[in-house]
Amino acid sequence: MTALVSVKSITHNFGAARVLDAVSLEIAPGSYTVLLGPSGSGKTTLLSILGGFLQPDSGRVMIKGQDCTSMVPAKRPTATVFQDYALFPHMSIGDNVGFGLRMKGVAKAERHEMAHAMLRVVGLETAFSKKPHQLSGGQRQRVALARALVVEPAVLLLDEPLGALDLKLRRQMQDELKSIQKRVGTAFVHVTHDQEEAMALADHVVVMNAGRIEDEGTPERVYARPATRFSATFMGESTILDATVSSDGLVTSALGTHLLPFSPPAGNVQLAIRPEHVQLGGNIFAKVRDVVYQGSFKRLVATPSASSDIEVLCRVPSDLMIAAGDEIAMRLPPERLVVLKG
Amino acid sequence: MRALSSAYAFLIYGFVYLPVAVLIVFSFQGSLFPIPPFNGPSLRWYDAVLSDSRLTSGLAHSIVVAVLSSLAATVLGFLAAWGFARFVLPGSAVLRGLITLPLTVSYLIIGMGLLVVFTWAGMPKSLLAAGIGHVVINMPLCFAIIYSQMGDNQANIEKAARDLGAGELQVLALVTAPMLWPALFASFFLSMTFSWDEFVIAFLLTRFETTLPVEIWNLLRAGLNPKTNAVGSLVFGISIIFAIIFELVAFRKRPQ
Repeated sequence: MTALVSVKSITHNFGAARVLDAVSLEIAPGSYTVLLGPSGSGKTTLLSILGGFLQPDSGRVMIKGQDCTSMVPAKRPTATVFQDYALFPHMSIGDNVGFGLRMKGVAKAERHEMAHAMLRVVGLETAFSKKPHQLSGGQRQRVALARALVVEPAVLLLDEPLGALDLKLRRQMQDELKSIQKRVGTAFVHVTHDQEEAMALADHVVVMNAGRIEDEGTPERVYARPATRFSATFMGESTILDATVSSDGLVTSALGTHLLPFSPPAGNVQLAIRPEHVQLGGNIFAKVRDVVYQGSFKRLVATPSASSDIEVLCRVPSDLMIAAGDEIAMRLPPERLVVLKG
Repeated sequence: MRALSSAYAFLIYGFVYLPVAVLIVFSFQGSLFPIPPFNGPSLRWYDAVLSDSRLTSGLAHSIVVAVLSSLAATVLGFLAAWGFARFVLPGSAVLRGLITLPLTVSYLIIGMGLLVVFTWAGMPKSLLAAGIGHVVINMPLCFAIIYSQMGDNQANIEKAARDLGAGELQVLALVTAPMLWPALFASFFLSMTFSWDEFVIAFLLTRFETTLPVEIWNLLRAGLNPKTNAVGSLVFGISIIFAIIFELVAFRKRPQ
């Protein structure tokens, strides 16, 4: 399958600061791509470049095989859903949704019909003649979505679209976004710093940090086998261990020798393990430093007696009676240890 | 104490409004002089005003100058505000200060300056010259009002319009101006109020055809009579109408 959008080695600076550093990315037709990263990671800048609001210092943006790098937003086959929705406050919801069609010269009757149809898709058909200020945050969000989708963009760009909503509404809108995307079949590119949102929505998650792509793939792959230390700790939590690989393939860290199912090349590596994969009972003795009750589980931070500068994160059943200061024995199952790049 | 504060309020309002009230009352005077005793009411002086062709043409000139100069001041102020709010300009703060500076300069100085410039440029004294003078005094005000209402949120809304295929003129006409409609309307009516009452610049820059305040001044030179009261009351009434429209638009509660 050929890529719908192809970002080729984009570099961009704001003054002296490099916000994107040779970023390349491919987006498949009909996919839901999430750009995930902390603030300052360059994810929003990348989205602005895709939308045509910024010209990159170097690199190219190809959409449907066409070079769009210096094409203005109005001419590109993209549409953007802005973080603050940016609805036209003086227009009715119907006119808001019909605006893009009006700019394309679609006749009024047809435009109204299409706006009605798109409002039906987002479940807001009854709001047609209301004004934006009469709607709730979640409803405005859906209007913004309908307004962008009705012009049938090749790619829909969403800039932290759920950032202004409260947690419950955010989870609900998440499900709706995903189902709308599957129904209309348009490729969505969604920017967020919320890793739960990213995992719930993405077909393809792109983890960004300091202007680079750290890791990308299905959420399952990125979570289970993160490529770098950043993606192991930003998308969910991990314990990171420094280890050395000897010439005969033996992996040794401060917590002992790990019999990995395969041997990484000799040298220094980092190992990561998810808290839920650390098992109780074993030969690593540790002292519990902190216990946080989280409802369905307890989150422990434990310091191994072999190496006091390591903190092992661990999840235990919430009914296990354990307190800070207790001694425990742990085991790191070798098949759950992930060898990180660089 | 309560009686005292009421008396004080009564005095203050009397001080401000008594002259106007006297002017209006004696515009309905039945005899030749606007002095007590009052022997009206009579509309004879209003009749005299409306049959005086100099005063009625002054009225018409004033309306034309007020409408056109306010329209120009509002459009120019709007474009300047949009430019300053949406684009990064070198020396933006200084330029913004310079554009509002005429607000602090007296009309006499502005009028004399324009007179010198127009004479030098060979432009005769006319209603057009006075209208340009009114644009000069009102544009900074329009700019200040409209600029204060422009926020970053609106910049994002304009961005959305561009994203959906709107060209710059369409963005201005279909999105920016309608969003700022209350500020534009308020600017227009405040400008109308100032242009309508303005005497010094109109006096300096007009000759044969002139505005109502200058015609009233000509009338006053012949001495007081109830006709001046009648025309003064008319001017005051129209000013009040502009001011009320301005207040309604500018201070109306708007949904967020």
